[in-house]
Amino acid sequence: MDMKVAKKKLGMKERYRALTRDLGWEPSYQSKDALFPYVKYEGIKVHDWDKWEDPFRLTMDAYWKYQAEKERKFYAIIDAHAQNNGHLNLTDARYLSALKIFLQAISPGEYAAHKGFSRAGREFPGVGTQVACQMQAIDEIRHAQTQIHAMSNYNRYYDGFHAFADARDRIWYTSVARSFFDDAMSAGPFEFMIAIGFSFEYVLTNLLFVPFMSGAAYNGDMATVTFGFSAQSDEARHMTLGLECIKFMLEQDPDNLPIVQAWIDKWFWRGFRVLGLVSTMMDYMLPKRVMSWREAWEIYGVENGGALFRDLARYGIRPPKGWDDAEKAIDHMSHQFMLGLYQWSFGTSLHSWIPPEEDMDWLSAKYPTTFDKYYRPRWEHIKKLKAAGTPFKNFGLARLCQCCQLPSVFTEPDDPTMACHRETVYKGEKYQFCSDGCKDIFEHEPEKYIQAWLPMPALFREFGGDVPAWMDWVSLRDGSDNGDYDGSRDQKHFNEWRNLATSNR
Amino acid sequence: MSTVFIALQTNEETRPIIEAIEIDNPKAVVNRQPAMVKIDAPDHLVIRRETIEEQLGRAYDLQELQINLITLSGNVYEDEDTLTLTWNS
Amino acid sequence: MQIDLRTVSIEPQRNAFDHLVRRFGDKPASRYQEGSYDIQAAENLHYLPTWDPEQQLYDASITKVAMKDWYALKDPRQFYYSTYTLTRARQQDTTEANFSFVETRGLADMMSPELREAALRLLVPLRHAAWGSNQNNTFICGYGYSTVFTQPCIYHAMDNLGIAQYLSRLGLLLGDVEALEAGKKAWMENAAWQPLRRYVEDSMVVRDPFELFVAQNLALDGLLYPLVYERIVDDYLSVKGASAVAMLTQFMAEWFDETRKWVDAVLKVAAAESDQNREVIQGWISLWSDRAAAALVPVAEIVLGKDADEAVAEQIAALKARVQKTGITI
Repeated sequence: MDMKVAKKKLGMKERYRALTRDLGWEPSYQSKDALFPYVKYEGIKVHDWDKWEDPFRLTMDAYWKYQAEKERKFYAIIDAHAQNNGHLNLTDARYLSALKIFLQAISPGEYAAHKGFSRAGREFPGVGTQVACQMQAIDEIRHAQTQIHAMSNYNRYYDGFHAFADARDRIWYTSVARSFFDDAMSAGPFEFMIAIGFSFEYVLTNLLFVPFMSGAAYNGDMATVTFGFSAQSDEARHMTLGLECIKFMLEQDPDNLPIVQAWIDKWFWRGFRVLGLVSTMMDYMLPKRVMSWREAWEIYGVENGGALFRDLARYGIRPPKGWDDAEKAIDHMSHQFMLGLYQWSFGTSLHSWIPPEEDMDWLSAKYPTTFDKYYRPRWEHIKKLKAAGTPFKNFGLARLCQCCQLPSVFTEPDDPTMACHRETVYKGEKYQFCSDGCKDIFEHEPEKYIQAWLPMPALFREFGGDVPAWMDWVSLRDGSDNGDYDGSRDQKHFNEWRNLATSNR
Repeated sequence: MSTVFIALQTNEETRPIIEAIEIDNPKAVVNRQPAMVKIDAPDHLVIRRETIEEQLGRAYDLQELQINLITLSGNVYEDEDTLTLTWNS
Repeated sequence: MQIDLRTVSIEPQRNAFDHLVRRFGDKPASRYQEGSYDIQAAENLHYLPTWDPEQQLYDASITKVAMKDWYALKDPRQFYYSTYTLTRARQQDTTEANFSFVETRGLADMMSPELREAALRLLVPLRHAAWGSNQNNTFICGYGYSTVFTQPCIYHAMDNLGIAQYLSRLGLLLGDVEALEAGKKAWMENAAWQPLRRYVEDSMVVRDPFELFVAQNLALDGLLYPLVYERIVDDYLSVKGASAVAMLTQFMAEWFDETRKWVDAVLKVAAAESDQNREVIQGWISLWSDRAAAALVPVAEIVLGKDADEAVAEQIAALKARVQKTGITI
């Protein structure tokens, strides 16, 4: 008689372990160092990769199933949006400037993250960590592609989108995000995880996505809302990977603490600078606003970041060095950057504009200590010049910060009337920065940052300052992609088409 | 005290999940916005599979949360029956 | 009274993104094209990797293969994330149904213990070989050049993780946790598995993405999959009464048929580019497939015994014929 032995019922954790951790093995024919050549040089000590905890224990069958369901929903909506001329539901086509920045500067970051996490998914000797990184790698190409697909229909009707691939590599404001991701990718695997997995995907991600996607919802951009919320569900997994990474490093060896802290300080600041683009999108480019950058910072920066760093205090981690300077910049940065974009609008593949009266009143209300004092007067002055037929255009080129590569439009943290400028000399060359944060980052790794390709000096070097030649090279169509929204083709078309759709005149 | 939160898409599928969360977390505050529901709680929030199943009327795998989840905050602990968010503060 | 209707129509201003118009002409682009061409940074990179300053962040020169345009290595399946995931989700539905069928009808117990043991001894250690493939394809995606070439590799890597997990579940279903332990022990210690394990570990130190593509996706898997899933599972185990095993491994058989088209297409274009490419690739194929064949003989012996040599020889001949169709002679 056959005796059926009852099978052990594996708990979720054990089953997941059997289906992931257990797949790896200790090599005999090649040394571990030969298989994983990049994990020692950063000085991070790991004694036991097995201590890695996997939250969201997703096996591939579940991954395919749930992701497919998200994809079906996503493309059904995108298709409907395109078929129904969904772009006509926008509150106003000024909104599209936000999407143009997104496609040119942020989507390439998704692709860079895809490559970076692929590499991390191979270079770490722990199977649990590798699987989590690989899932993030495949998620990130999902994000890059769904963003391009969501915005593809806008490209058919509006300017500024058509050359996003050229803009990515060649235009000036995109190098802010690109140098950020290049910096992370050129760092070692552990720093990459702190830079992107933790600082960007945990500390800062909600500041980028939630208000922006809500902004899309408020402004009739169904395509982006759909992308945003569909992608964000992947982000929850990414966030937990980032948090687990930092906890793991800190728990493995106390010697890791100062290294990790230094990375947190660096990447918080670099990430904060990239978010300068987002602050402007939120405060100026959403015709119907959700909340101000200041309000978003309170919820997702202060409250959430505060909770996070209180939690990490048990390891000896303190909040990032630049936190106070960041807080002091919140009520200023969006205005400073929009003023910059406006004055240099000849060289942007997106429109900017003088905020109309009701926008300025909203900005006054949301920034009671700064807008009317420092920034409304400048806008009013610009408005006067435009009305007089001499619109304010700055054909001089911005001095870019050697580190973050933003134009130096920022002011001293404690004095908003003083331009903030820092310098250092390295090997006989003078380098310029927008802030203490950026200068510190440079001085820690000067050999890295002197390599940076700065777009403005390149314009002089390659084109001798010939602006039309430069426009050709970045595929910017003068008179349609750039300049003031007021009088643009986008404005004309949107109004005509909307009129066509809503009236019989 | 630190706030943990979870944000879900606003649709028919998330309705029973949100109800379940409210039942199991009396201190939670539900914030309804266009397209998104954000649920805040002090220090700790637990999602129970059983409670969701009672609201939903069918068997439920907590991993199905993946489809409608937008974002969250807090340390995540997951097993077959619960998903918990906590901050140690 | 005449009423003049304004005849403004909503005319698209352009058909596609500039870089796609340059490549494919002025017409609407497909989603595959939008998601795959020219979305990788190409120039004006900012910093050299600190982990290897001899490379660029995106570097076509770390392989011996040279392409004027790496975007020529198109995946004939045209998989981008969405089509890939939807395809696999349908397949995983079938796999779930198969596992459920085998389990609820007790088909594992209906197999003779010898057959069940043979299946376990052959298939469970292969979950580790699949992990090796996952690692290698993840590498190729990370360090290869051009989205068109690298994108399918992350899909291939995740597929291999899926296969490793299906094999693990097969082990649990046919044999319980002990089967997994035994499989790992065999992978680590049994003489039959050491040449294959050595092959996998040696492949994992190859840092030329195209050589690794050849060593893993053609030379090893090109022999292993038809040998194990056709010759042994279908033509031997099923025939003897273990068709439950074929059900549990249906995914692997179908997957191999689908993915070989991609592998062949990439080799064909790369080899046709230049004599140098063809020679380099040919050399790699010869070198690695000889080793792979030798490593697979003791593995095949686990089930086929003295018929293993012949079975492997058949696969080598089939591989030669397959490679010939890509324009390469080995």
